[in-house]
Amino acid sequence: MARHELLSPLPGTFYRRPSPEAPPFVAVGQTIAAGTVVGLVEVMKTFNEVQAETGGTVVEILVENEDAVEAGQALLIVEA
Amino acid sequence: MPTKLLVANRGEIAVRVIRAARELGIRTVAVHSTADRDGLAVRLADEAVEIGPAQATKSYLNAQALLDAAKSTGADAIHPGYGFLSENAAFAEAVTRAGLIFVGPSAEAIRRMGDKAAARAAAMSADVPTVPGSDGVVESVDEALRIAGTIGYPVMIKASAGGGGRGIRIARDAAELTQVMPVAQGEAQAAFGNGAVYLERFIGRARHVEVQILGDGHRVVHLFERDCSLQRRRQKVFEEAVSPALDEATRQRLCKSAVRLAEAVGYAGAGTLEYLYDADTAEFFFIEMNTRIQVEHPITEMITGVDLVREMLKIAGGNRLGLAQEDIVRRGHAIEVRLNAEDPDRNFAPNPGRIEGLTWPGGPGVRIDSMLYPGYAIPPFYDSLLAKLIVWDETRDAALNRLGRALDELRIDGVKTTASLHRRLVDDADVRAGRVDTNWLERWMQPTA
Repeated sequence: MARHELLSPLPGTFYRRPSPEAPPFVAVGQTIAAGTVVGLVEVMKTFNEVQAETGGTVVEILVENEDAVEAGQALLIVEA
Repeated sequence: MPTKLLVANRGEIAVRVIRAARELGIRTVAVHSTADRDGLAVRLADEAVEIGPAQATKSYLNAQALLDAAKSTGADAIHPGYGFLSENAAFAEAVTRAGLIFVGPSAEAIRRMGDKAAARAAAMSADVPTVPGSDGVVESVDEALRIAGTIGYPVMIKASAGGGGRGIRIARDAAELTQVMPVAQGEAQAAFGNGAVYLERFIGRARHVEVQILGDGHRVVHLFERDCSLQRRRQKVFEEAVSPALDEATRQRLCKSAVRLAEAVGYAGAGTLEYLYDADTAEFFFIEMNTRIQVEHPITEMITGVDLVREMLKIAGGNRLGLAQEDIVRRGHAIEVRLNAEDPDRNFAPNPGRIEGLTWPGGPGVRIDSMLYPGYAIPPFYDSLLAKLIVWDETRDAALNRLGRALDELRIDGVKTTASLHRRLVDDADVRAGRVDTNWLERWMQPTA
């Protein structure tokens, strides 16, 4: 099984949910496809979707909701 | 007068407030998040306190952290700047309750003028025109026709549950209203699950004009108006003082109405009353009041010579207004453009990064309000405003020429900014003629097919 790190394309604030009351975009154990939205990164008050580059199973989420992230920082680990 | 001022903000406005305080001999405390340790305000202030992590909700919006910082540094006043907690009545109250001076109006004034319905009611009782409309939901075509007859055509039929420009129909006359009213109700029901609609006068070519006022709780003066009609997604990008659209008689009526309303609520501090101006009928309508200093305040300072932030601090210190209305004389024309870290060629994508090189324009009539310095890394967590370029000259045309010249001198290397957009606007025929409305910029930016 190949482990793949999904990186933040931008610096900013990471959100695991589309809105505070909504369920998270993805959870550990969930199977995702390439293009699945896994979170949002807020950069200067604009929200950018983070999409998976490859499909697989989410095995670990490395950042908390509302964490500050750097561009290129690993957000979650996907196993395919 | 305060002796030590805590500036509860960041970026260019924190720098602006620190400058005003220093000139008055007031010591300054900058607060900052972990992401703003290298901020210019931190460097300029006498002291700095870290108040929390990068996210604004945990730092600049954390009222307790701000009050704790004021206590630990012995500050006796807090200036909220704009945005963040500047129009938060509970924060103003908490500051006052802690025995500190809030540099702004009372919590009561913030609450009253910050509530759209209450502000509209205050305007009506002060005989200040508001956008004519139905008082609440309109049920039938007959009722709509009767109300439209009094507010005047064209009218907008707006879904009560709509917003952001959705759920709006326009009727130009009674025949069209008769036809469109049931359609609008049906659409509102389908789109929002609520068929309730109300009527409002439709202003086809609206300009955004706003009046700057200063009050001391007893007396209010105006400092003329600003025109902020050039907007993108309801964000102002280019502002000027005074408005090129108003004649002197209309200007006087507009500014006097703002004074009347602010006096009616016993306003203390700096404030701005926002109006829509109908370029087709030459009518103005009050929409809301901002109970704080505004981003575009420097253009007012340029045409009047009054330092608004200094006046705010003096008023907050319990002084009566030192200015009479006749002392405030305007001269020339001023323009501000907002230099944002956004790429105009990529749909204004935000562009945080490091400032690799920086050349500010200079010479007569040019002012820069900014927190940039060479080597500064712009954090991605806050809004994209990097700098305000403000120019003044004797006439509007000369000011536009000066703006073009200043933009040609400006160099910001390392990040994309909106400077290129402004350079194109300077030479546009409609901008030159002052022939714009609040939708003009978005139309202008549409790619021509």
